[in-house]
Amino acid sequence: MTIRETIGAAYVIGRRDFHATVFSKTFLMFLLGPLLPLLFGFLFGGIGAQAERNETPPTVAVISSGADFALLDKARTRFIPLEEGRPLVALRAVAPEANVAAQRDQLLKAEEEKLLGVLEGGLKAPHFTGAVNADGRTVKQIALFVDEAQLMASGAPTASRGPPVRISLTDQSGGSLASAREITARAGQFLIFFLTVFLAGMLLSQLIEEKSNKVIEVLAAAVPVDSIFIGKLFAMLAMSLVGIAVWLTAGAIGAALFLEQGLGSLPPPAVGWPAFIALGFLYFTTNYLLIGAVFLGIGSQASTVREVQTLSMPVTMAQVLLFGFAVLGVGQPSSAEAIGAAVFPLSSAYAMIARAAEQAAIWPHIAALAWQILWVILILRVSARLFRRSVLKSGPAFRWPWQRKAAL
Amino acid sequence: MSANYAATATDIYKTFGDTMAVAGVSLAVPAGSIYGILGPNGAGKTTTIRMLLGIIDPDKGSRQLLGHERPLEAAHEVGYLPEERGLYPAMACEEAIAFMGALRGLPIKEGRARAIELLHGRGLGDWIGKPIRTLSKGMAQTVQLLGTIVHEPKLIVLDEPFSGLDAINQAKLEELIRAEAAAGATVIFSTHVIAHAERLCERVAIIAAGKVAFDGAVDEARGRLRPIVHLRTRADDGPWRSALPGDARRSGREWKFELPEVGPEPLLRALLDGGAGIETLSIERPGLHDAFVAIAGEAAAKKMDEPVEVAA
Repeated sequence: MTIRETIGAAYVIGRRDFHATVFSKTFLMFLLGPLLPLLFGFLFGGIGAQAERNETPPTVAVISSGADFALLDKARTRFIPLEEGRPLVALRAVAPEANVAAQRDQLLKAEEEKLLGVLEGGLKAPHFTGAVNADGRTVKQIALFVDEAQLMASGAPTASRGPPVRISLTDQSGGSLASAREITARAGQFLIFFLTVFLAGMLLSQLIEEKSNKVIEVLAAAVPVDSIFIGKLFAMLAMSLVGIAVWLTAGAIGAALFLEQGLGSLPPPAVGWPAFIALGFLYFTTNYLLIGAVFLGIGSQASTVREVQTLSMPVTMAQVLLFGFAVLGVGQPSSAEAIGAAVFPLSSAYAMIARAAEQAAIWPHIAALAWQILWVILILRVSARLFRRSVLKSGPAFRWPWQRKAAL
Repeated sequence: MSANYAATATDIYKTFGDTMAVAGVSLAVPAGSIYGILGPNGAGKTTTIRMLLGIIDPDKGSRQLLGHERPLEAAHEVGYLPEERGLYPAMACEEAIAFMGALRGLPIKEGRARAIELLHGRGLGDWIGKPIRTLSKGMAQTVQLLGTIVHEPKLIVLDEPFSGLDAINQAKLEELIRAEAAAGATVIFSTHVIAHAERLCERVAIIAAGKVAFDGAVDEARGRLRPIVHLRTRADDGPWRSALPGDARRSGREWKFELPEVGPEPLLRALLDGGAGIETLSIERPGLHDAFVAIAGEAAAKKMDEPVEVAA
């Protein structure tokens, strides 16, 4: 068989698989599935925002004289610039009654008030009581407010204790750029991981159909097993790309409708956005082919759907492990971890997309892609050989260790 | 060799675990012939065929398919109907036929056109567009058979093609095999039903217990046996008795024995001269079944008559 014939036969197998998958009713579910969480995300996001607006900020009741409260409130105002999304603890003035202890207990018990705690004793003997974390936000803020108010009360100058900080702004410092690019690197890795985990698992069960309806005999008599594996792998890749194209389009429309910034807020990768996106696509493809080829090989050894189902959890875990290995190298592209992950074929794509975000050189990517494709071919050949040996029972007798046991 | 033979196997062996399925099979299928592989279930017929086609490799020995040492290189010129039939259930009939053709290198459009033609040609036009899963087992088998020949192969290999078919469809299949052979194709089929081989084949290989017990022309297989003489006489005894062979079996006044090598004339003369009073006399050529019993042994023949159990 020449390579041309092998590819030709793989095309026949792949075309059948692609048609059988894409032109089925279940494929619609496949396409819609990932859109549902997005849809719900937008829906609940909206509800969440609505709820947040209605919510009153966490409040502490302050039992003190009017003067003390005014100072405390003024102190609090000084810290408002640090809020950044999470409001500071609000203060509410409560005029002291005769029995302050009873008044405090009553305030804490009152359910409708939603009080975090009660501050009593004014600035002379401040005492906070509340059901909060001992070293949490509320306690720290109250301590700061009180401290600042006490400073003010002691007559220390508040307007100008010294010259203010002079601030000069630069675009980005080297350090901030590197750490910002880590975000892009991780985002790229995660996207590839997420898509592969969701899409490559299907390859585990790819040969079950042929085995159970005996078509495998017709296929194996007509074309090399290599062709069957290549055809199946690429058919699933094509199907996944159809899915991704649909989801990306929907995602882009969604982003345009609902988000103000979207991807624009990610720091630009070292190789630039167009190259990064192209590499992302290529690395998804090679990653899918690599992991898919392994899955196809593993799945082809299984003889029942039950076996495939049992296998799917451990192989997903193995994927998480590979991903974790590649994550180690992010932020230090020259480290042993990063280079190791880039060289190890099954984590190579994850490591390299991170590198694309962090370093501008293009040649390592060409080398890595060639390396990964070489491994796709190797894995496919080994899988096909194992399939011929252990499933079709070709060549010298071969059994997996667990099959040996079962045969006794 | 390859010019004259469509397929050859030379001393091929195959062991599965502890079982030796094929133990040194050699056979040669002349191009253009209808060749039967005969033997009881489990004799090694299917394993031999799978090795000839290159689905599995023999542990030892060599084979040639249409002149190719590696059988898959000849795949485009071969059609194969496996013993365990299998099609994609969701495929429409003509798509399944075209797909099988495409696997063998026939362009899919051409395959579709031929499939429609083949179905119409057999009065099965209303199957077009029907998914395989809606067909009966026998109907699906017919579709698969059409898929086996859609690319007009030079060599057609059919593994137990008659099993699962009713009498009418068996006759149709015989007709198809003859037509393909007449058109120049070589047909190899395996069977455990001797009658099919007897009606169709020019040559047979008799396989029993993983070995070829006989490979040659059907006539030659029969020729291994002497014709059988059935004789009924009026006289009980007489000097003519000495002309009968010693192992002649007698039941009443009826005798049954192998025709002596000297031929019928001395026997006839002795009977007439001895006044045996011939009531009936017939000299029958042995059938392939008798030949099979003689070649493969009584035990193998008994196995052939056992009902086929479809192995899971």
